[in-house]
Amino acid sequence: MEGAVQIQVNGLPRGCRSGSTVGDLLRELGIKIERVAVELNLEILDRKDFELRSLKEGDRVEILSFIGGG
Amino acid sequence: MYDDRLVIAGREFKSRLWVGTGKYKDFAETRQAIEVSGADVVTVAVRRVNITDRSKENLLDYIDPKKYTILPNTAGCYTVDDAVRYARLARAAGISDLVKLEVLGDEKTLFPDTAGLIEAAGILIKEGFIVLPYTNDDPIVAKKLVDIGCPAVMPLAAPIGSGLGIRNPYNLKIIMETVKVPIIVDAGVGTASDAALAMEYGADAVLMNTAIAGAKDPIAMAEAMKYAVHAGRLAYKAGRIPRKLYATASSPIEGML
Repeated sequence: MEGAVQIQVNGLPRGCRSGSTVGDLLRELGIKIERVAVELNLEILDRKDFELRSLKEGDRVEILSFIGGG
Repeated sequence: MYDDRLVIAGREFKSRLWVGTGKYKDFAETRQAIEVSGADVVTVAVRRVNITDRSKENLLDYIDPKKYTILPNTAGCYTVDDAVRYARLARAAGISDLVKLEVLGDEKTLFPDTAGLIEAAGILIKEGFIVLPYTNDDPIVAKKLVDIGCPAVMPLAAPIGSGLGIRNPYNLKIIMETVKVPIIVDAGVGTASDAALAMEYGADAVLMNTAIAGAKDPIAMAEAMKYAVHAGRLAYKAGRIPRKLYATASSPIEGML
């Protein structure tokens, strides 16, 4: 893939287009941006920054949401 | 009934039964149990989204955040750093500033690490979180949590999921005398009488998960718990008779043959 970078998403390796944003990644994964929290290299992102932060080689992304719990 | 709303950090709740959303068969059962229970507040956990299986449904498609107060927990966290991280992530998901703070000390008992709990609570309160701490039945710890700014405390009745009910009612009563904030008995409730008893002792609410989700018929148990918490609360406010060693007849002697 032209301009591909290797990142990690939720602990799994993944390739993505160089310069794509967190927002692009979420859309690619089919994840609705409401009610998810995203951490990029241990930094918790503001929702409004999803479209502003681009992904680069080696980035570690964590995407979390709410599940059943006590 | 509506005069008896539970107020925590400026939020009003009609129901004094809070329920967890874990351990159910599926989301449909979760939703039905919560509806039947009449709960206003439901706890949720914060975990990685399953990115490999996108067919997985979302809990919040079944539990409407507009209808219920979602209370994220920091379940599974054994360190201050982890608990703080999960609380921040929960808030970043954009529902509220509320967090049920758990800093666990031990895998077998899931008892809280109270030193870590107090430290994490202090950090999160400074960041503007509304911290509802899952704590033990130690009044000293309860007071420390309240002194640093927790608007309520959640002492455990017994280990999570153990179904033992309130093991130490004496400590629970001392906590009630020690702190002036709402007390939500959380963890260890087994059946309806446990919940009623908690409310009769003077608890302001009861939080349970396994007691309902793990019952043979969770929907029936959810209904039982709704009545149990309500009955216990009414009995508490009604003012029970004292316990006496000897009898006092209920029918008069006067007019007997």
